[in-house]
Amino acid sequence: MQHFLAQGGDLTVPDINYAAVLPVLIVFGAAAISVLLEAFLPKHRRWSAQVGVSIAAIIGAGVALVAYIGNAPAGGITTFRAAEATGGALAVDAPALFLWGTLLALGLGCVLLIADRSVEPGGAFISQAGMTGATQTRIQAQVTGMQTEVFPLTLFALGGMMTFCASNDLLTMFIALEVLSLPLYLMCGLARRRRLLSQEAAVKYFLLGAFASAFFLFGLSLLYGYAGSVKLADIANAAAGTDRSDTLLFAGVGLVVVGLLFKGSVGPFHTWTPDVYQGAPTPITAFMAACTKVAAFGGMLRVLFVAFEPTSWEWESALWAVAVISMAIGAILGLTQRDLKRMIAYSSIAHAGFLVIGAISLTENGLSGTLFYLLAYGFTTIAVFGVISLVRDSKGEATDLSAWAGLARRSPLVAGVFTFLLLALAGIPLTSGFIGKFAVFSAAFADGKAVLVVIALVASAVAAFFYLRVVVLMYFSEPAAEGPAVTVPGAFTTAAITLGTVVTLVLGVVPGFAMDWAGAGGFAF
Amino acid sequence: MTLLLVLILLPLVGAAVVVGLRRNDRIATLTALAFSLATLLLVIPLWMSYEPSGERLQQTSSMDWIPAFGIHISFGMDGIALVMIAVIGLLVPMIIGVLGVTDKLPEGRSAGGYLALILLQQGLTIAVFAATDVFLFYVLFEVMLIPMYFLIGGYGGANRQYAAVKFFLYSFLGGLIMLASAIGAYSLAVDELGSGTFDWATLVRVVSEAPTETQIWLFLGFFLAFAIKAPLVPMHTWLPDAAREAPIGVVVLLVGVLDKVGTFGFLRYSIPMFPDASVALAPLVLVLAVAGVLYGSVLAAGQRDIKRLIAYVSIAHFGFIALGIFAFNAQSQIGSVSYMLNHSLATGMLILVLGMVIARGGSTKISDYGGMAKVTPMLGGMFLIAGLSTLSLPGTNSFISEFLVLIGSFETEPVFTTLATIGMVLAAVYVLWLFQRIMQGPVRGDALVGVGGGPGTTQQPEAGAKKAISDLSGKELGVLVPLVVLIIGLGLYPKPVLDVITPSVDQTVSVVHDTEGSHE
Repeated sequence: MQHFLAQGGDLTVPDINYAAVLPVLIVFGAAAISVLLEAFLPKHRRWSAQVGVSIAAIIGAGVALVAYIGNAPAGGITTFRAAEATGGALAVDAPALFLWGTLLALGLGCVLLIADRSVEPGGAFISQAGMTGATQTRIQAQVTGMQTEVFPLTLFALGGMMTFCASNDLLTMFIALEVLSLPLYLMCGLARRRRLLSQEAAVKYFLLGAFASAFFLFGLSLLYGYAGSVKLADIANAAAGTDRSDTLLFAGVGLVVVGLLFKGSVGPFHTWTPDVYQGAPTPITAFMAACTKVAAFGGMLRVLFVAFEPTSWEWESALWAVAVISMAIGAILGLTQRDLKRMIAYSSIAHAGFLVIGAISLTENGLSGTLFYLLAYGFTTIAVFGVISLVRDSKGEATDLSAWAGLARRSPLVAGVFTFLLLALAGIPLTSGFIGKFAVFSAAFADGKAVLVVIALVASAVAAFFYLRVVVLMYFSEPAAEGPAVTVPGAFTTAAITLGTVVTLVLGVVPGFAMDWAGAGGFAF
Repeated sequence: MTLLLVLILLPLVGAAVVVGLRRNDRIATLTALAFSLATLLLVIPLWMSYEPSGERLQQTSSMDWIPAFGIHISFGMDGIALVMIAVIGLLVPMIIGVLGVTDKLPEGRSAGGYLALILLQQGLTIAVFAATDVFLFYVLFEVMLIPMYFLIGGYGGANRQYAAVKFFLYSFLGGLIMLASAIGAYSLAVDELGSGTFDWATLVRVVSEAPTETQIWLFLGFFLAFAIKAPLVPMHTWLPDAAREAPIGVVVLLVGVLDKVGTFGFLRYSIPMFPDASVALAPLVLVLAVAGVLYGSVLAAGQRDIKRLIAYVSIAHFGFIALGIFAFNAQSQIGSVSYMLNHSLATGMLILVLGMVIARGGSTKISDYGGMAKVTPMLGGMFLIAGLSTLSLPGTNSFISEFLVLIGSFETEPVFTTLATIGMVLAAVYVLWLFQRIMQGPVRGDALVGVGGGPGTTQQPEAGAKKAISDLSGKELGVLVPLVVLIIGLGLYPKPVLDVITPSVDQTVSVVHDTEGSHE
């Protein structure tokens, strides 16, 4: 204790570049304000205040980000740097800025979905348990209003994600991981109309997530033992020398990567994904599918590129196999699903496999391709879940596939948009999904992974079958007699779906500008 | 803006306009017909502008698309593409013309949606033939599946869902494997030139100099996509299903034009880009081609369903086309390209005629018909012309093509060619037997004599025929007569077509002979 206190005199405030980290600060600051609003505002005024603060925070962070990008140093910087240290705790470089922009844009779409109260009376986060989604409780729901604690939780999670993909050392990364995970566990359990499913999902996610965090932390400690530092760059330098215990290194790499793969829902660490996607409220599922994936792969890219690049020949074959397993699980088990949300969950596992292909191609094109893929996939997914939330019957969302039969007859526009989004997930040209796949696969091909690319293409073809099955159902099947109705979406959901669909189309037709952003530069450390 | 670009955009604009008019079937049909006729009229100046002695690619245009990967939106055409564009320009007005007469849409479906998809398909298909950027070609190759998927799945017969999905997945898988090869070719260009490009001419230059082993891998990717599309045995199983379920107009489009993208791909992409691999793997392709000729012919003869029979006839003909292409002989390749045109005309007409038969009888089973020529003599005559052209009788257009293919191939591949001639004999069997069963003899069959007669029961022609069955209407004649004129005209004087395709084919063949020469 005394020794510790004696060091006190040497402690100096780390050097912080406020302009660079302003977007993250805005999000966290707004989250704190949001908590206060939740505590002090009367119930009937909370919703408007919370929505206003959340949207303003995300847009404000976006403005700060754009302002910083305008005069950012070319190679990127690291900040939160202690006086003698070689690098700071946060790296604000081209990939981090791209990921921040992606996360903020996706976060905006998700907040819009969460805020919507018109699709389901009172919104998905109704305050009184046991109310059904049917119309007779509409008046009741309007009186009681919506639980609004979801907004600060969303902002905290978003801030955690932004920190996560900019972390320059493993300890910061671990803290960010917890900051983003804990709110997500809570948010999964917020569906009050389908309490049991939702709470089961939350418990599963929490237990498995705790394991993954433990793996990550354990791996971190082994790597600290190996390199004597938690900084990514120091680990890379240590690995370049040869006189240390490789066992520590490999066990550490393995455990850290497993923790990251879990967050990215990459098979075979995917088991939580279908249950949680199905059980969580649909807007939260959209948030997890889009933003968590971006954050997890953003972190994975940084760890693989910066810390483990010198040892790539050791772990590459393992991740090669993980990619194949993930694509196979996603594509094949996706075929057997009867529930739309579970189907999209398996689709996200297959997509995670494609993303791993890009992440293990340690080249400039691999980096930019993966970043672009994340951007494209995130927007498509938000719009997909937005559409799913619209199709409802008397029991709430009708996610069973049979309920979607003949949808095109009754709602041609919704069916058309959903078809387009499914084609994007399948990777049909002129959608962003195709360009993303192309970018990732061409990078892997150039990196000498032709076999992996062919396997991925076959997996894409298999996965295309289950997307097509939905299209067949919607267009070529007779509608069910007492099928679900399509709710006319309110302004918020409409905006989110439109945003996702338009971005999917634009990135598919004129992807050049986003490609340039994604390829703007490498990691700083 | 080149004429070629206008020709690509016009049907697409037409599709957008027709979608807006889908409330009124009549106006939608007339508008679609107007757009397709305007497209056909534009083909004439396009054909005139083509100079056989000029550059290989004419009417070229190019703009940046994705600079990061050196991808351009560039179009251009050679003689082969021009012929295919002309064919689709010719067939689409006919397909629209028979809607409502021969083709009946399922109840509750508006004509506007169907016609918009047909026009969309036309625009995309012209663009596929005109693309001169390998990436753009791939994109269009896949996007082209979507309207066809909805045409089969939305407007087809009882089992249409299965057929539509099968069609889509086969082609999509083939396309994806082709994408892998295209990326491989791109990587070669990156290694060779420092910066990647998908420009067709550049890739041809770079990839054709790659080692044979590399070429073989890349060749196989493209080959699989084209062999599924063409289709070659054993990648053909989607075609009989699709042809059986799709409406007649869609079958014409599918068999007449879309499948030609496969054989066109052999000529435009496979052989120029991978000449060494093409030569090395030619025996494999030839085996598949000849197997297709024999297998398709035998199965065609054995079919009980009219529409499936057409599919197997086409599989046999695609075998002939592939034989001519991979015999690497100028004559046989010219034969193959003109066969691509003539097959569209002959088989297209046969499908239309059989569609008219089915529209009258209401059944696709051959055994439901018999002696129909007595009731509908004009239809019988048209059937005979289409049939004779399909079996390549001298004097019809197909004869020249088949003759060129066989005489050219015999020089380089005598064994395969001899085997393929058996297909010619079988063609006479399945066409004439089909004609005999449907048209000749006493009037009989469920479709013609009505319920209770049953197959095998024969009745007096005048007394037994349903009153509703009438001979060809003016509209139907208007569709068929131009085809008859072309079939006989090109049979007697094929020079205009041969002049256009010869230079492009000579360039394709010379690539192979150059590399053969350098290796020997």
